[in-house]
Amino acid sequence: MVAMTISTAQAHAPKTASPLPAPAIETHDLAKRYGDTVALAGLTMTVPRGEVFGFLGPNGAGKTTAVKLLLGLARATGGRGQVLGAPIGDLRARRRIGYLPELFRYQSWLRAREVLGAHSELAGLPAEGRSREIEAVLQLVGLTERGSDRVGAFSKGMQQRLGLAVALLGEPEVVFLDEPTSALDPVGRADVRGIIRHLRERGATVFLNSHLLGEVERVCDRVAIVDRGRVIAEGPIDELLGARSLRVRATGLDDGDRSSFARFGPLTVDGDWLTIRPIEPEVVPEVVATIVAAGGRVHAVEPGRATLEDRFLALLQVEESPPTEPKP
Amino acid sequence: MTTIIRLTLVEAMRRRILWAFVVLTAVIAALTGWGLSVLVESAHQHGVSSLQVGIGISQVLILLAFMFSFVLAMSAAFLGAPAIASELESGILLAVLARPLRRSSLILGRWLGLSLIVVGYTALAGVMELGVTKLVTDYLPPEPVEAVVYLAGQAVVLLTVALVLSTRLPGIAAGAVCVVLFGLSWMAGVMGGVAAAFNLPELSAITSAARYLLPLDGLWRGTVYSLEPPSIAFLTQLAGNRAGAAAVSANPFYAPSGPPVGYLAYVVAWVALALVVAIASFRRREI
Repeated sequence: MVAMTISTAQAHAPKTASPLPAPAIETHDLAKRYGDTVALAGLTMTVPRGEVFGFLGPNGAGKTTAVKLLLGLARATGGRGQVLGAPIGDLRARRRIGYLPELFRYQSWLRAREVLGAHSELAGLPAEGRSREIEAVLQLVGLTERGSDRVGAFSKGMQQRLGLAVALLGEPEVVFLDEPTSALDPVGRADVRGIIRHLRERGATVFLNSHLLGEVERVCDRVAIVDRGRVIAEGPIDELLGARSLRVRATGLDDGDRSSFARFGPLTVDGDWLTIRPIEPEVVPEVVATIVAAGGRVHAVEPGRATLEDRFLALLQVEESPPTEPKP
Repeated sequence: MTTIIRLTLVEAMRRRILWAFVVLTAVIAALTGWGLSVLVESAHQHGVSSLQVGIGISQVLILLAFMFSFVLAMSAAFLGAPAIASELESGILLAVLARPLRRSSLILGRWLGLSLIVVGYTALAGVMELGVTKLVTDYLPPEPVEAVVYLAGQAVVLLTVALVLSTRLPGIAAGAVCVVLFGLSWMAGVMGGVAAAFNLPELSAITSAARYLLPLDGLWRGTVYSLEPPSIAFLTQLAGNRAGAAAVSANPFYAPSGPPVGYLAYVVAWVALALVVAIASFRRREI
């Protein structure tokens, strides 16, 4: 069983005299088996408060299992964990947790405001502030106009928006979003990104389960990639994606001019194309200005970096390739 | 828990379950009134004594109660069977159980909400049927309230069974099992009477065990006893020797006595234990 540490809360903790708040999520060797099938193998991680944490993986990797374990919906077969400093499943901690399930379904015979009202009661929100809270989350997810409609008449996208509103009720400190954009159109996806940024701004921790890597890349501070029940990579997203590069197509330069660009970073020349990798993003304008100053003509400038998808696929390929036999 | 009870009641209203019950019961009550008026008028024309008319009406009421017993059993089974299972299958419970809600509160809230529905419906149907009977024939059975309570008790027992099964089985399977159990329990009651009439101790032991495993037949006998006029037991005894009377008592539409207090206490304890089983089962359930 493989156990990997994803991050440490201490690295992000503020240097104050007050006691450190418990991490948003902390697990040690958390495992789940269904008979002979390993759904999650020894998950050890710490998610600091206030981060947007991406939990990535292909279908069936164990992402939803991890969320269900952290929420106490399923029982771990090994290891332990805490959410907001309380053992998994603690009722008081659940008051401060929001959850949008991957399988988002709400009572079709209720109106959207009634669903939110019921969840406000179940979450133990004070009665006097419930209406205001319900209107606030409806507005946040763009359902104010449809708040009095029966859920049964909602499209899947609208139901997912309602699920998001349910998850946001009561300003939770940790929000678990399991594939939150699976039923949304591009506008809806952009809205969800905005909501996640809003959550980060108010200091909430977001645990984002997704296999939509573009979404994750745009909003997450830190990611873990899980495959077949175990974490295969983790870290801040910038570190995971690796170095940036710059490709420039320039004409009118001689070999001396070209070689001088090596001062910006390791240089590769392929015809009119110059590639510098790695390169700091701030020096790109200087590179272009240098080409122009040398009498060259710039036809194309392509800053680049490996996408999360590239990195993800590469990691999965490594995982799936058979191990090499050691030579005697 | 109050939120779960309220949601259960709202669901019954919005899904038109209650309205369907009320409308159909009103139709049945109207037909009962019409049928009884024809029966009484015909009896009077043929010079039948008022005692015999009373016995005849009581038998009609017992048959009606049997029909309602069946309707209530089916309603309880099909309300209770999907109560947990269908919300698990659809995913509704994922968001609900992530809230600070104990699983025991969910079970008890569902049980209380559904019990309110079946007990309320039984009371309404009882008032409508007995009211129409009184209006048309001027006959009222000796213990009308007890008859309704025993009928409601049967429904609550079967509802509880359905809820226990709902924590483990898909809704359709749980409903089907409940219907079969209801039929078996009724049959055990009949066979128990036969065993007593013909002095068959082995059969009697099995049927007695069945009556306690699922305490529906005892409550049904209570309903029958509450609807019988006092004269019927006396007339039954007169009708033949002791063995003959015992054979009559095997009739599922006749009860020589109501259920003893100890049996009623057993039923209450049985329901409480079944709820404990439902809660324990649901606590272990992976969501």
